[in-house]
Amino acid sequence: MTNSIPEIEGMEVIFIIGSNTKESHPVVANRMIKAHRRGAKIIVADPRRVPMVKFSEVFLKMRPGTDIALLNGMAHIIVKEGLLNGEFVREKTEGFDQWKKSVEEFTPERVEGITGVPKEDIVRAARLYGLSRKAGIFYTMGITQHTCGTDNVRAIANLVMLTGNIGRESTGVNPLRGQNNVQGSSDAACMPNVYPGYQKIDMPGIREKFEEAWGTALPPKPGLTATEMMDAAAEGRIRAMYIMGENPIITDPNMHHTIKALGSLDFLVVQDIFMIDTAELADVVLPAACSFEKDGTFANTERKVQRVRKAVEPPGEARDDMSILLEISKRLGYDMGHDTPEKVFQEYGRLWPAMAGITYRRLDGGGIQWPCPSGTHPGTRFLYKEGFPKGKAPFSSVAYCPPAEVTDEEYPFVLTTGRNLFQYHSGSMTRTVKSIEKHAGEPYVEINPLDAGRLGVRTGEMIKVASRRGEIEIRARLTKRVSEGTVFIPMHYREAAANVITNDALDPVVKIPEFKVCAVKIEAVR
Amino acid sequence: MKDNTVVRVCMGPAGIAAGGKAVLEAFRETLADRNIDAEVKEHCSSHQVGCLGLCARDVLVEIGRNGSKTSYQYVKPDMVGRIVAEHIVGGTPVKEWLVDETFDTFYRKQVKIVLADCGRVDPEDIDSYIAAGGYEPTREVLMTWIPDDVIEEIRMSGIRGRGGAGFPTGLKWELARRSKGDVKYVICNADEGDPGAFMDRAVIEGNPHSVIEGMLIGAFAIGANKGYVYIRAEYPLAVERLKLAIKQAYERRFLGRAIFNTQFSFDIEIRLGAGAFVCGEETALIASIEGERGMPRSKPPFPVNRGLWQRPTVINNVETLANVPYIIRKGWAWYASYGTEKSKGTKVFALTGKIRNQGLIEVPMGITLGEIIHEIGGGIEGNRALKAVQTGGPSGGCIPAGMLDLNVDYESLAKAGSIVGSGGMIVLDEDNCMVNMAKYFIQFTQAESCGKCVPCRVGTKRLLEILTRITEGQGKEGDIERLERLSRGVKTASLCGLGQTAPNPVLSNLRYFREEFETHIRDKKCPAKVCKKLLRYSILEEYCKGCGACMKACPADAISGDKKKPHRINPDRCIRCGACFEACKFKSVARD
Amino acid sequence: MVRINIDGKELQVPAQSTILEAAKNNDIFIPTLCHHPKLTPFGGCRLCLVEVKGFLKPVTACTTTVGEGMEVVTSSPEIEELRRLVLELILSDHPNDCMVCEKTGSCALQELAYMYGVREAEYAGERRNYETRDGNPFIERDLEKCILCGRCVKACDEIQGVEAIDFGYRGFRAKICTSYEEDLDCEFCGQCVAVCPTGALTGKLWKLKGRPGTTKEIDTVCPYCGIGCNITAHVKKNEIVRITSAEDTWNEGWLCVKGRFGYQFVSSPDRLVRPLIRTAPKSGMPSLGRKGIKWGEVFREASWEEALDLIASRIREIKETHGADALAGLSSARCTNEENYVFQKFMRAAVGTNNVDHCARL
Repeated sequence: MTNSIPEIEGMEVIFIIGSNTKESHPVVANRMIKAHRRGAKIIVADPRRVPMVKFSEVFLKMRPGTDIALLNGMAHIIVKEGLLNGEFVREKTEGFDQWKKSVEEFTPERVEGITGVPKEDIVRAARLYGLSRKAGIFYTMGITQHTCGTDNVRAIANLVMLTGNIGRESTGVNPLRGQNNVQGSSDAACMPNVYPGYQKIDMPGIREKFEEAWGTALPPKPGLTATEMMDAAAEGRIRAMYIMGENPIITDPNMHHTIKALGSLDFLVVQDIFMIDTAELADVVLPAACSFEKDGTFANTERKVQRVRKAVEPPGEARDDMSILLEISKRLGYDMGHDTPEKVFQEYGRLWPAMAGITYRRLDGGGIQWPCPSGTHPGTRFLYKEGFPKGKAPFSSVAYCPPAEVTDEEYPFVLTTGRNLFQYHSGSMTRTVKSIEKHAGEPYVEINPLDAGRLGVRTGEMIKVASRRGEIEIRARLTKRVSEGTVFIPMHYREAAANVITNDALDPVVKIPEFKVCAVKIEAVR
Repeated sequence: MKDNTVVRVCMGPAGIAAGGKAVLEAFRETLADRNIDAEVKEHCSSHQVGCLGLCARDVLVEIGRNGSKTSYQYVKPDMVGRIVAEHIVGGTPVKEWLVDETFDTFYRKQVKIVLADCGRVDPEDIDSYIAAGGYEPTREVLMTWIPDDVIEEIRMSGIRGRGGAGFPTGLKWELARRSKGDVKYVICNADEGDPGAFMDRAVIEGNPHSVIEGMLIGAFAIGANKGYVYIRAEYPLAVERLKLAIKQAYERRFLGRAIFNTQFSFDIEIRLGAGAFVCGEETALIASIEGERGMPRSKPPFPVNRGLWQRPTVINNVETLANVPYIIRKGWAWYASYGTEKSKGTKVFALTGKIRNQGLIEVPMGITLGEIIHEIGGGIEGNRALKAVQTGGPSGGCIPAGMLDLNVDYESLAKAGSIVGSGGMIVLDEDNCMVNMAKYFIQFTQAESCGKCVPCRVGTKRLLEILTRITEGQGKEGDIERLERLSRGVKTASLCGLGQTAPNPVLSNLRYFREEFETHIRDKKCPAKVCKKLLRYSILEEYCKGCGACMKACPADAISGDKKKPHRINPDRCIRCGACFEACKFKSVARD
Repeated sequence: MVRINIDGKELQVPAQSTILEAAKNNDIFIPTLCHHPKLTPFGGCRLCLVEVKGFLKPVTACTTTVGEGMEVVTSSPEIEELRRLVLELILSDHPNDCMVCEKTGSCALQELAYMYGVREAEYAGERRNYETRDGNPFIERDLEKCILCGRCVKACDEIQGVEAIDFGYRGFRAKICTSYEEDLDCEFCGQCVAVCPTGALTGKLWKLKGRPGTTKEIDTVCPYCGIGCNITAHVKKNEIVRITSAEDTWNEGWLCVKGRFGYQFVSSPDRLVRPLIRTAPKSGMPSLGRKGIKWGEVFREASWEEALDLIASRIREIKETHGADALAGLSSARCTNEENYVFQKFMRAAVGTNNVDHCARL
C-alpha cells in the first residue's frame, strides 16, 4: 500500500477492483464504510456482486479476466474527456504520448463488448475516478492472479499516473496483502532474486555486501519461484525441499501436479503447527510454535512493522521456527551468530536502510511504517511524497489478452476462486476452530440460479465441477452474486479443493498462477 | 296556507349518526300527510364535513317561520308529529324540546378563524376554496412581499405553535431563515396522537388548502423549496383529501416550479406515520421521514439548525399553518386583537368527557375555563358536580373545579401545572378517580415510549407500577414520595417531550388531589368508586326483596339466596364488576 | 478553538467538540453508559447530563457541542440525584448475577453502580424476561442484561455496515433485535460484543474461561490477513481464553470474525507436539480430509536431536550428490520477519542456494 489504512477515511473516491474487501480484509472495509458515511464515492469492479457493492456508487460487474480492457477503457475516457492531471503527467511521468495511442482503441463500446459492463457505467466510473484528486485504488488477487497479472497492475499504474492520484495523503494505490506477514516475508527476502530489503542479487556490490555481513560465500544465480520449484521437482531437478508453514497442496494451482512434484522428492521436511496435507508427504515433520507462542515482528500490508509477543508456551515439545533453523544451520557448519529475535532484527536493520530506524524498543510504542531510516524518523505513512525513487515513472502500453484458458463447448463455465469471510487460506488454522467450522465448515460452489435451473440443480445439491486437470464434487449454492456462466469456489476446503481444478498457467514476469480464471464443466450428481 | 316555513334537519355526520335521516323522513311524511306546504331541507350535509356546530345535541332541527328561527334538540322521529302539530300548524313551539340558553352562547363565545371555512368550502374542490379568497394570500406574498415581511407579520401576530409547546412561530421561522444552508425544509406535523384529540384531522378534512397555503408561505419565508406533510395513516379521509388538494394545487401551479410566475418553487410530499405516538415529536418525526426508526434525537441541535437530513427545518403543526393564510389575509393586528398579552389568537379544543356539548370548539386565548365549561360546554352531564378539567392529554394535567376563573392561555395553564397542549380538554366529574386518571395516561405514555432513554422507558414503567398498586390496594407508605421523586426525575432527565411531560398528569393530580392518593394508600378506598379492586359489594339485608335480579346479572356466580329472602354476595367470587349494583331496583346493593 | 468553563476551569477546546469530549480531554469525569468515542452520540442513558448556564434544563454532554463562553457544571446535587435515579432505574431491570457474569470487573454499569453506591431496590418492579434462542456459535446474547444503550446497533451500522440489528418494540418491551425477529444475518465480527458496556453481549467461547482481571493480557498482532490488526490475548493457565482489541489501537478496536473468535486453533488437540520421522513408504496421495488414517503407522515420534541430525545429514548428502540448487525452501507468510530472515539466510548461507520463496502469490 502506498497509503496507510487510516488514510482511507479521508479519500473522496475509492476504487476497488479485484478485491472482496469485506470478506478478505474486513477491517479495511470498515474504514471504507466510514469514508462512505462521510461522503466518499465507492466504485467496485468485480465479476461477483461482492458485499462492498452495497456501498458503491457504481458497480462494474465484469467478466473474469477482462481487467485490462476495463482499466484501459476508463483511461480512454479520462484522456478523451480531458480529466487527466496534465501537470502530474508532464512533471512526474514519461511515455505519455505513445501510451495514449495504445488506449485509443478501447472505446466504451468495445470495452462493453469485452467486459460485459454497460458503457454508461464505465463512463461514470471513469469520471468519478478521473475527476477526483483524492482517490485510492484497492486491489488484491483478483488483479494479480492472472497470466496477465503484471499487465493488470501496469494498467492500474497507468490510471494512477494519468490522474496523479498518488503520493499524497489519502491518495494512492493499495494492494491489500492477504496474509499476516506476506509483506514481511517479501521484505525479508524469502524470494529467489533478492536479499532482504529488495536488494537484487545480481546488482553489483550487493552480494558482496551480504557475503561480508554473513561471513560466507553466497550463490550468485537467482533461484526458482515456488511454482517453478514444483515443476523442477516433478522433473527431478529439485531433490529435496524444506517447507516451513506452507501448505502448497491446497494453495497451489493444479493440485495433482503439486502432489506429483512433492511425491517425487528424495527428501521433504515440513515444519508446521498441524499435520497439514503437505506434511503427509514429508519424510520428517517438525512441530512448530504458532505466532501466539513466540516473539518477533510482522509487517502488515501498509508496511507497518509491529511487535508479535509470546502469550502462551508452545504445546508439547514444539519449538519456534527460528530456533529450529539455527540448530540445523549449526549442524550444517554455519553458525548464524544471533540467538534471539531481537538480535536477528538488529542485523536485518543493519543490512536494509529502510528498516534501520526501527527497534523493538520503539515498537513498544506502536507499529512503525518503513521506510524508517533513522532512530528519530517517524516512519512513512504514504509513499512517493517526494516523487518516484527512479525519477519519472513510465507509462507502459498494455494490450488486452484473454485468459490462458477460455470457455469452449466442452468447458462452458468460467471458474473463479477466492476466500470467504470465515475461513482462511488452506484452512489449517480456521478449520480447527469449532465455531467457524460449525458456521462455515462446508465447501460450496456459487452458481447463478439461471445456470442451476438449466442444469436442474437446486441449492444444497451436489454437483461435479471438472476442468482439464481434475474434478471435485461439491454442494451448489444458488446465488445471484455470480453472473450467468461464472462459478465461484472458495479455496479453503481440502475435501473439495478448488485447486484440483485450477489452471497452473503462470504470469510470465512474476510467475503468479491464474487462479482467477479457468474453464470448467458442471453436471449434477445423481 | 302558504307561508315560508323551512324545516332544516341536521344531516352532518353527527346528525346522521344520531338518526337524522329518520327524523328527516318523519318530517317529510308528516307534512305531506297533513298537506302542509313546508320545505324540508338537509342541513350541514354539503361536503361530508363536520359542521362543528352543536353536534352533541343532534338531531338538531331548525324551524324557520316568517323570518324567525327556532331550534329543537335531541329530536327523535316520534317527536315530529307533536312539533308539526303544535309548532308548524299551531304556531306554538314545543317548549320543553327547544334548545336551552347555552345553544346561543355555544356559538357566541367561540371565534372561528382556523375552522371558519370548515364546512363552508368544499375540501375536494379547489375552486370553492379560491372563491372564498383562498391562495390570494400566497399570491400577494409571493409577488409583493419579501421573506422578512412575512416573518415580521407572523411575529407581530403573536401566533405560537399550536402543537403543544407554544413556541413563537415567527421566531421559529426567523431562526430557520437565518440558519445557514442552501437546502431547507418545511414539515407539517399532522401526526396527531393525543387520545381524544382531532383538531388537525378536522382542519385537513375540512380545509386542506389552508394547510398547503400555510406551508407555501412558510417555505417562502424561510427559503425552503421542499415540504413534507407527516400524517398518520389512521386518518384515511384526511390523507385522501390532502392528496387531492395537493394534486389540485399542482394543477393550478400553486405548487411546483415558478409559482405565480415568480422565482419561487415549492414541492410537497406526503409521508404516512405508522402509528407511533412518539413520531409526533419533531426529531422522531424527522428520523421517521429519513427512513429510520422513529426515535427522538437530542436537542440541541434544534431542527431549525440541523433538522431533516441535517438541513435547517421548520416543523409546524397543522393548526398553526392553517392560521397563516388568514393572518396574511386580515393582517397581524386583527389576529393579535384576540387573546391575551402573550397568547394571541384562537385555539381549537376537543371538548370531551362529562360535558353536555362535546366536540371541537375554537375559542380566543384567555377565555376562562368556566366560560368554556358552562357557556360553551353547556355544563356537566347529569346532575353531577364538576371535579376537574384535564387539558393537554397525556402531557398535561388537571385543573380543579375551584379554578374555573383560570384563563385558558399558555402561561396561566402552565402556572396551574397543566398545558394548553394540542388542545385536548376532558371534563371530569365526581365519578372520576384521579389516581386512575393518572394511571391511564402513564399507561399510554409507557406503551408509546420509544425505549431510547432510560428515564422514559423504565421510569414511566415504574410510575405505572406504583400507580397500579395504589389503585389495587397495594399502595405502600412512601409511594407518594416515590412517585414525586420519580416524576421529577423523568421530567428533567428524559430525552424528548414525551418523557419530559409524561409525569405531568401524576404531578398535577398529586398537587390538587393528594388526599385522594392518600385515601387509596392508607384506607384502601377509592372515593370515586372507580378502582375495582378497592370496591366491596354487599347486599343490605333490610332492603333486599330477594327478587333475584342481582343473581341473574352476576357473571361470576358470586350471589346466592333463596327467593324472597335476602341474598348474599360471596366476596371471594365477586369480580367487582358492578352488575348487581346496576341490576338492583331497590338500591339494596351497597358499594364502598 | 473556543473558550469554555467547566466546573470553574477555564479551558480552550476545539470548536466542534462536544462537552463530553472537552471534559474527557481535560480529565474531567462525566459518567456515561451509552456513549462510545468511535460511534455517533446517542444521548439515551442520560447519565452525562450537565448544567449549562442559559439552558433551562440539564443537557447531555455527549450530544451538546461547545460554544464560545459556555459555562458548564458537571456535578451538582440536582445532577447527581438524576444520575442516581437513572442508575436505580437501570438496575431495577437488571439481573443481579454479577457473581457469574462474564463482564464482572469490566462492566461499565457495575462500575457506576459501585461509584454511586446504588444497592437498594427503591423502584423494584417487573423485569424483562427473555428466552435465549440464538443458535449462532460466536455471540452469546443475554438481553436481560441489555440496557438499550444502542452501541451495538451503531457499531453494526456505522462501522460494519451490516445493519443486522436495531431497536424493536416500544416502551418497557423495547429491545434490540433483528427486523421482524427473523434469523440473524450477521458477519459475526463481534464489534457489538466489543462495544457492549454490560454482559448482554459476550463471546460464546469465553464462557466461564476467565474474566478480565483474572487473566494475563498480552498485546500482539492478529495471525490472519495482512491488515495486522492489533489484538490483546487474554491468557489463563497457558490457554488463550479471549481475544480483544483496544479502542486506542490503529484499528480502533475493530476486528473480524477470524481475529476475534478464531483463536481456538492455538489450543487444538491436533497440534503437532513432537518431531515425526516417516516409517512407511510414501503412498503419493494425501488424505484430503479422509478420516481413519493412523499416523502412528506412517510416522514415528523422534527426539529433536535425532530429527535435526537426520535433516542435516540428508541436506548435506543431497547437496553433495546433486549440488545446492537441487534443494529448495518455502518459507511462510505466517512466520515472523525474523524467522523469514533466518530462513532465507539459512537457505543462502547454510544450504547455498537462492531457491527460496513463499506464498506471496497464492
